[in-house]
Amino acid sequence: MATAQIEIKVTPEIAAEHGVTRDEYARIQKILGRDPNITELGIFSVMWSEHCSYKSSKVHLKRLPTRGKLVVQGPGENAGVVDIGDGLVAAFKIESHNHPSYVEPFQGATTGVGGILRDIFTMGARPIAVLDSLRFGEIVPSKTTSEEEAAKNRRILDGVVRGVGSYGNCFGVPTVGGEVAFESCYAQNPLVNALALGIARKEEIFLAKAKGIGNPVIYVGAKTGRDGIHGASLLASAEFTEESQQKRPNVQVGDPFMEKLLLEACLEAMKTGAVVAIQDMGAAGLTCSTCEMASRGGTGIEIDLAKVPQRETGMTPYEIMLSESQERMLLVAEKGREQEVLAVFNKWGLDATVVGDVTDGGLLVVKDHGKVAARIPAHPLAEEGPVYNRPIAEPAPRTETEQDWFAFAADGTDLTTNFTRLLAAPTIASKRWITEQYDSMVRTNTLAGPGASDAAVVRIKETKRALALATDGNGRWCQLNPKVGAMHAVAEAARNVATSGARPIAATNCLNFGSPEKPDVMWQFSQAIDGVGEACVALGTPITGGNVSFYNETLRRSIYPTPVIGILGILEDASKVLKVAFRKEGDVIVLLDGSNSSKAGPQAPPRAGKRREFSSSQYSKSMGGIVAGQPPAIELGAEKWIIDCMVLLAAEATLQSAHDVSDGGVAVTLAESCFGATGLGASVTLPEDVAAEYALFGERGARVVVSVAPEKLGALRNTARQYGVGAHEIGKVTGDNTMRIEYKGHVVVLAPVPTLGDEWAHSLERNLKIQ
Amino acid sequence: MKFGVVVFPGSNCDHDAFHAIGHVLQKPVEFIWHQSEDLHNCDAIILPGGFSYGDYLRTGAIARFSPVMKSVEKFANSGGLVLGICNGLQILLEAGLLPGAMMRNSGLRFICKHVHIRVEETDSPFTCAAQPGQILTIPIAHSDGNYTCDEATLKDLEKHHQILFRYTRPGGKDDAAGNPNGSTANIAGICNRAKNVAGLMPHPERAVEQVLDSNDGLVVFRSMIEALVGAAKATA
Repeated sequence: MATAQIEIKVTPEIAAEHGVTRDEYARIQKILGRDPNITELGIFSVMWSEHCSYKSSKVHLKRLPTRGKLVVQGPGENAGVVDIGDGLVAAFKIESHNHPSYVEPFQGATTGVGGILRDIFTMGARPIAVLDSLRFGEIVPSKTTSEEEAAKNRRILDGVVRGVGSYGNCFGVPTVGGEVAFESCYAQNPLVNALALGIARKEEIFLAKAKGIGNPVIYVGAKTGRDGIHGASLLASAEFTEESQQKRPNVQVGDPFMEKLLLEACLEAMKTGAVVAIQDMGAAGLTCSTCEMASRGGTGIEIDLAKVPQRETGMTPYEIMLSESQERMLLVAEKGREQEVLAVFNKWGLDATVVGDVTDGGLLVVKDHGKVAARIPAHPLAEEGPVYNRPIAEPAPRTETEQDWFAFAADGTDLTTNFTRLLAAPTIASKRWITEQYDSMVRTNTLAGPGASDAAVVRIKETKRALALATDGNGRWCQLNPKVGAMHAVAEAARNVATSGARPIAATNCLNFGSPEKPDVMWQFSQAIDGVGEACVALGTPITGGNVSFYNETLRRSIYPTPVIGILGILEDASKVLKVAFRKEGDVIVLLDGSNSSKAGPQAPPRAGKRREFSSSQYSKSMGGIVAGQPPAIELGAEKWIIDCMVLLAAEATLQSAHDVSDGGVAVTLAESCFGATGLGASVTLPEDVAAEYALFGERGARVVVSVAPEKLGALRNTARQYGVGAHEIGKVTGDNTMRIEYKGHVVVLAPVPTLGDEWAHSLERNLKIQ
Repeated sequence: MKFGVVVFPGSNCDHDAFHAIGHVLQKPVEFIWHQSEDLHNCDAIILPGGFSYGDYLRTGAIARFSPVMKSVEKFANSGGLVLGICNGLQILLEAGLLPGAMMRNSGLRFICKHVHIRVEETDSPFTCAAQPGQILTIPIAHSDGNYTCDEATLKDLEKHHQILFRYTRPGGKDDAAGNPNGSTANIAGICNRAKNVAGLMPHPERAVEQVLDSNDGLVVFRSMIEALVGAAKATA
């Protein structure tokens, strides 16, 4: 690639090396009316990369619901914005940083967090919380995972966790939640999806539209170096091969201290009223920020690279335009007031330089010491890239018979040992070892940090309100049925938010998939989009933004399709946040079941159907090594009712605790409610079903385990009835610190809570075997 | 009575300290920029938590050379109350206003969680509102909280009642199991011999409202307020 100042003659072959196809090259020639030079080719190649242009996903993303009465800004800006009352808005978005995190786990994760934080404060919002949705390969050796592979996965996890922590902790934003799951498909391709939330006054939201001909364009923040050139376009827009480690120099390097200064300086500069527009330099750096701001503003931008602060000497225009050095921003100031803006950045000790101005005519003109290095119409570059309706093919259905499915144990079998093992399965076990490495409390707004409630809950000081956030995604289910799996991801995230007491209002999504050039992957993608869309409509949570991450495959092996959904909710009265832990001996434990409703109530599937469904559960995977069948059927009506029911129960302060049923079923839900309390236990009799294991560990949705003081049981029943939600009294909170589950007249689980709790709480650090 | 919270580039608990004093305790408080040599006539100065100057080189090592620290040093030497929290304590150690040094946590990882600390000394402006031996539940959030000093300094600290807080188990036992970061003698917070300069690794400003799971940290700020009120009366 271009490293010297000699002019390289661009040919279709050189274009191909940039990932630009022949058709795309022809389109570039048409837009320019001539051949591009090497800098222009570089600019087109990054803007038209999968990562920046969404060329394979655009046609499908249109099917997502993006409107709602609270949505202030939908997809297309740096982050989605929703109205949260009291004159305030919340900006939030989730984004992936998967490939860099495999190549260099620590830096990959830090820059993932850094990038999403910039997206938030670029909007004028101060970040108040971060969540991370992480997926790794198996960390415990097994028949299918060697010790060497497991050790490698552990190192990746360690690097990613350190990276997430190091950035957020220093920046001063609490990392309040998220989830971590393990599947062997993520061994060569971990998922690092970071979600950030910020708040701002409604009238102070900033957009990235370059307006006002003659207004100065100002570069602020870190100096530009040769790091991360083609980071997004190469790393995130092609699959991995054995040579991928050589791409380490393409990974960007993060500096959270610089970003903290940038945050404070940007928010202060915005307050001067002299800032017209602002955009961060993330993927595709200076290229993306200049042409997108110009395109959105219907203007042009002219810059001179000689004025760009540089960390290294002898950088070519190609390198400067494509660098992905972190912690940089581009802003447009009001002409004549640039000194006010520059003074703020000066105060914070940051580089801030006028590098060009907004122009008429819609051209992006890049000069190098006055000599034109690139001249491209901004709008076609930013918005008229290629759009592909790639071939879709449903893979042949797996041939499976009952023999492939999980075989239930006989009635009366003691399941305590299996239950204990399940609690220690890395996906189920406590993530305390990870979350304690994150500062979850800075800014003193955290009402429910990691694990305390089903959603992370942060208050908004000076109002009565709090915001709740949860992320969810079940790759195993999406692999078996991408549409149903995606619907479950939305439903579970929304249910988690509601179980904290908050009303779900909006969603953001991070769509992690394999290569879009494979028709079966595109089928998964299209199905997942349908699932996400349908569920978001049903639950009233429009998609306000997010990102698509394709090419998550290494050596032709794709990851499970993994849509990760983040849902934001509002808790009107912050004092009414619901938490997981049981509170008091003698409280009644109730299983709320949305699908028990008289309004829905499909026929219960027969035994074979339940075996098939159960074969997709975490228990089936952990105990039988079986991943087969279908995810549980989903009833969106039932999900909606239980959500509405939970919101009202929280508002009425009827409940003592609430925890939704998910991985590991009712048994794990009950156990986690015991672990959060001191000295308490649970004695429960589960309703009869086809098999004890199905009743204890089945993962069907629309269910929440709550505890309630005996005198409020009537109120609980009334509210549940109002929504057609079943309220099954299944037992009591006990004071004997013991967990006891009875089924069909047999005690199937009996163990001291501390024994179970020890397995659950320490499994991760025991398995990680790292200091 | 007025508190000042110093803002270094990279401070990130400055707003939290401000909130605790200004909003929860309703006392006058203002921010002081690190380049200012003027302490705005504040009666007590707080060096907040965070990563001043990115904590590059060593925690607190660069911050101690900032212009404001010259004034803080003068203020401290003339008897003014100075409290360093987390990064603030690290800065006070680097500045030599408190004895000892900080090392990486013994587990070599950042730790954020609620811990228990015991009030060892109530005869100080930072603990006078507490009960002797009172156990406080307060969060820590640091990578470098492993306090260390030589034998002679430790003896000195003990002799002059300068150890204000020790990490303990929930029940109050100050053994290794109650020590989250490996600090010498389970030390969580100390003061100078004159008892007007103190620092602690735990974050009392994060434990000032029950909704944050603890308000045990209030006792530190209430002590300072009591001490300032007492001092004002004495001079009146």
